[in-house]
Amino acid sequence: MNEQLKPLLEIKGLVTRFHTLDGVVKAVDGIDFEVYEGETLGLVGESGCGKSVTALSILQLLRCPPAEIMGRILFEGKNLLELDREGIRKIRGNDISMIFQEPMTSLNPVLKIGEQIAEAARTHKNMTRQEAWRWAVEMLRMVQIPGPNSRARQYPHSFSGGMRQRTMIGMSLSCNPRLILADEPTTALDVTIQAQIMSLLHRLKDEFNTAIVLITHDLGVIAEMASRVVVMYAGIVVEEAPVKEIFKDPRHPYTQGLLGSIPVIGRKRQTGRRLQEIPGIVPSPMETPSGCRFHPRCSKVMNRCCRQEPPMIRLNEHRRVSCWLEAHSTVKKSQAGGR
Amino acid sequence: MTEQKEDDVCQPGELVTDNRFKRQWVKLKRNKAALAGGMLIIVYVLSAFFAPVIFPGNPSAPNLIKSLETPSVENLLGTDELGRSILGRIIYGSRISLLIAVGVVSVGMILGIPLGLVSGYYGGKIDFIIQRITDTMLAFPGFLLALALVAVLGVGLRNTVISIGISMVPLYIRLVRGCVLSVRAEDYVEAAKAVGTRDIAILIRHILPNVMVPITVQTSLSMGMAILFAAGLGFLGIGVQPPTPEWGAMLGSARSYLFNAPHVATFPGIAIFLAVLSFNLLGDGLRDALDPRFRI
Repeated sequence: MNEQLKPLLEIKGLVTRFHTLDGVVKAVDGIDFEVYEGETLGLVGESGCGKSVTALSILQLLRCPPAEIMGRILFEGKNLLELDREGIRKIRGNDISMIFQEPMTSLNPVLKIGEQIAEAARTHKNMTRQEAWRWAVEMLRMVQIPGPNSRARQYPHSFSGGMRQRTMIGMSLSCNPRLILADEPTTALDVTIQAQIMSLLHRLKDEFNTAIVLITHDLGVIAEMASRVVVMYAGIVVEEAPVKEIFKDPRHPYTQGLLGSIPVIGRKRQTGRRLQEIPGIVPSPMETPSGCRFHPRCSKVMNRCCRQEPPMIRLNEHRRVSCWLEAHSTVKKSQAGGR
Repeated sequence: MTEQKEDDVCQPGELVTDNRFKRQWVKLKRNKAALAGGMLIIVYVLSAFFAPVIFPGNPSAPNLIKSLETPSVENLLGTDELGRSILGRIIYGSRISLLIAVGVVSVGMILGIPLGLVSGYYGGKIDFIIQRITDTMLAFPGFLLALALVAVLGVGLRNTVISIGISMVPLYIRLVRGCVLSVRAEDYVEAAKAVGTRDIAILIRHILPNVMVPITVQTSLSMGMAILFAAGLGFLGIGVQPPTPEWGAMLGSARSYLFNAPHVATFPGIAIFLAVLSFNLLGDGLRDALDPRFRI
């Protein structure tokens, strides 16, 4: 499906650490994944798994120090981590832009909506003030804000949460970027608005042929939007699969747990059966468990899991999973095949 | 169709912003003390502006026959040791004092705001260096610092403004830095960074407008302080030099006649007192009016 396309963004061995007074916090601990042109990649996991830090690391929006970003982030073959301040600034907004989680606080209260959208265009496209303003109004129309001409002259306080998030989407699209990092774009909005924002993103993505990295813990959104899913746990990637397969046949016990913890409307209620939760919480990045990071919470834990970190096992071209269960079954399979 | 409709009803948005300033104005007006302070400042400004109209003649020309006269119809506040009208000198003195006040806060703002912005926004080594210098300057009492600077620079109006202005700089640096630290962490600053906005644009367009309120309040309070400092330097004879009518210098020269002609020292003293008081009252009032947390 994606193999003929070349990857737009390749993340290789990304490690993001924070040097704090209490010690070194490894928020992201060696992850690899690719994003292809025009696709939507879902990045899922519980809170504190390192999803947002991954996105912020890509654009280097973390304050260094205390943060330290290592590894390689290749955007169209160019390593973003080797760029200087000015180089990465030219990438931001122009090639890669970001949509934040909190639309209520992501707009400056003292600047007009139009001015804020125009800012990106003025920075990257060398537009004059008037051109940029007209462009901003056009972007507001694009994200379906009614009456964009007068709305552009207003300040953020007269916008609702949904309208602000539309504005943020307009802002992030205003320079026609190749990639958008959407960090839980609908978490702060109510459900009906969520659906509107998502369908808007979906439509604009096709229109502009922009790739999206969709960070969320809402698997419903993933099912609707994403073509591939990367599951993160405690700073590492535990499973990657096309979206249909992950819902049909999740391999990692963590993915299974995530899927098991959402109620499905219409599913027949079995007597005495509760909605399954994953016991415990995400471990602190300062004290990652030995062996497999998920083993203290895993329902299928084996002896080996406590001692040795499982390898990343490639199941086929699109799927990989990091779990000893898979290692055993592949070993068994290959042994069976050999005999 | 709906678009057209929306376009028409969109005006209230503009009205709301008007309301913010309106509400701040109403809050300021209800504060009687601030209102009184503001009106007194207006009186001073007007008298400074129309000094030649209110008081024709040269306020510095001596008239020794009429020296140390008590208040009368001819000289409402009496005359000083050289027979010059005290009222006239106070009116002309308001020009000097207001000039000093404006000059001093200009020096303070021009140097203090950029340094505070840079210090708070970038942090790290630059912040460390700027803050240690600020610490050193704050370790001296403000007046002592101004005094020391005058000792280096010399007397006169310009040097008075420069030295008091520099002694105000650390106050602005600290204030602006503190505000920047809180604004810097706001999501919209990060969002602006994420679209590739240049640092200078972030500082000027996103951060500076959000720290203007405390700067405004500080400016009003600083003006009162500047007038007091200038009067102090004048009193010691190292500020604005005679025969220029300056309130502090008037006080200084009247000191010798405190027992036989107390009015000569009293009236300039009252002028200084009221000027400083009114700037402080206005500053306090502005703080309450501009702070959105205080609702009425």
